[in-house]
Amino acid sequence: MLERLNEEKVFKDPVHRYIHVRYRLIWELIGTKEFQRLRRVNQLGTTYLTFHGAEHSRFSHSLGVYEIVRRINEIFSQYESWDEENRLLSMCAALLHDVGHGPFSHSFEKVFNLDHEDFTRMIILGDTEINQVLRKVSEGFPEEVADVIAKTHTNKLVVSLISSQIDADRMDYLLRDAYFTGVSYGHFDIERILRVMRPGGDQIVIKQSGMHAVEDYIMSRYQMYWQVYFHPVTRSAEVILSKILHRAKKLYAEGYAFKQEPVHFYSLFKEDISLEDFLKLDDSVVKFYFQIWQEEDDAILRDLCERFMNRRLFKYVEFNPMQMNTWRELYDSFKEAGIDPDYYLEMDSSSDLPYDFYRPGEEEERLPIHLLKPGGDLRELSRESEVVEAISGKKRTDHKLYFPQDLILEGTSDATRRIKSLLNL
Amino acid sequence: MLEDHAKVIAVLKEAGEVIGRKKLQKVIYICKKLQFPFNEKYQFHFYGPYSEELTLRVEELCNLGLVTEVKESKGGYYQYKYSVTDEGSEFLSHYEFDMPELNECITEINGQSSRFLELVSTILFFDRLTKEEIIEKVRTIKSKQNYSDTEIDQAFTFMAKLGC
Repeated sequence: MLERLNEEKVFKDPVHRYIHVRYRLIWELIGTKEFQRLRRVNQLGTTYLTFHGAEHSRFSHSLGVYEIVRRINEIFSQYESWDEENRLLSMCAALLHDVGHGPFSHSFEKVFNLDHEDFTRMIILGDTEINQVLRKVSEGFPEEVADVIAKTHTNKLVVSLISSQIDADRMDYLLRDAYFTGVSYGHFDIERILRVMRPGGDQIVIKQSGMHAVEDYIMSRYQMYWQVYFHPVTRSAEVILSKILHRAKKLYAEGYAFKQEPVHFYSLFKEDISLEDFLKLDDSVVKFYFQIWQEEDDAILRDLCERFMNRRLFKYVEFNPMQMNTWRELYDSFKEAGIDPDYYLEMDSSSDLPYDFYRPGEEEERLPIHLLKPGGDLRELSRESEVVEAISGKKRTDHKLYFPQDLILEGTSDATRRIKSLLNL
Repeated sequence: MLEDHAKVIAVLKEAGEVIGRKKLQKVIYICKKLQFPFNEKYQFHFYGPYSEELTLRVEELCNLGLVTEVKESKGGYYQYKYSVTDEGSEFLSHYEFDMPELNECITEINGQSSRFLELVSTILFFDRLTKEEIIEKVRTIKSKQNYSDTEIDQAFTFMAKLGC
């Protein structure tokens, strides 16, 4: 089933040093056009506007997740229960787990009501090069791979390698995102974690002796969320991006005549996008439109695109959502000042970007990380680790208000004076 | 502002009290599948459909004092109870949701056990499949729950009653 290449292929990688490919199936999957498209989709969306190094792609992340799973397979090969079928399934699922992501997928999914998991499934099961390669294993193999990625496969141990609270996906993106953003707090000892992983029935378990390495990993998740993923400048860029998409969609619905027809967006605007159209989208297509929309007649679309392309982002202040009257006064004042609040005033909450924190799995919400005690008993991580208990017990949340400070400061009307006072500008 | 938060409050207010985090997850998921306008994104997890977005949203509501979370020890595990505070009711009064059918559904759904709601939401997660395929799927991926034929029949009857 697993035909080996005559010679092992390697990709040089800044995080794992080398990505090793020994099987023809993996090599052929990497060569498909649907997988190559991931080179043109940024892993971190708008984060490059805050951390200029964050230009890495979903292609490099997908290879990284594959490499971690390949290494776990090497370790698990000593267990009889871990057979060739598991090896093949886990490596293919690792490689393809993000293949359904489009450009700036978080905002696109929200505005156009999409789900990258649906596209992942369609790409694996549809009329695609990836499907053709997978079917060389067996007719039912694409469905198996899609089920592992959707977490609905019966083999929960294989699923847990790709998606659990300590999985190859998170381990790669934390290390990779830390590397490319240049921050110092995303690092942890992956070698140690891989050495203390054990197959434990339905999930991976961690030997008790590896607890401190896992603590580091949990701390990385926590730090990366607040310092990188939820960085307010990145969120500002994301707010503007989302407003651009909303504005373009509304203009299309109203029959607005774009100077150049946004043909790549039509099916998105209609919320009826085919797989074929979806696969034509990537970061460069989206940025092309943002570039030309800077010359549109519509003042809002033009201004928002200028802001995004030239990094003239919205400013922000902490805001308590309980101040409903202040919010209403602000909204009305924006209107009065001629600054459309639907496009220039936004509340952003931490729940708008649900990168998950560690959950101890109380009440069977999510399966927690289990430590394997010397006697064979399993203990949930936060019951053994004070560090993890401290983090998982703390429910830190955040709400900020985003707005174009430049427009407000240059205004001289009563309304803008009121806005300045309400926002303490 | 915070419309999605307000919708969660509306559900809790109608329910009076929701006992259990898992139950709250499944209640909102079932409402969403009934085409009520909840925007929380769900993925399939070990215990059925789960939304990290909803978990964070509920944490935010608790931090803002709009919802109370009471943790109770049940011997070997903890259970959480959720209800709306007076501030939450006042917050909700700023929003207008015209979802009269939702109110009827909430009482029906909240009256079921979380084990049963896990079954119902799992069935709904696979609604692209035929009934036979769904039952096969439930039997394989939920083998540990060991749902009986009667429970599965009851789940389909319950869904039909709700209009799923």
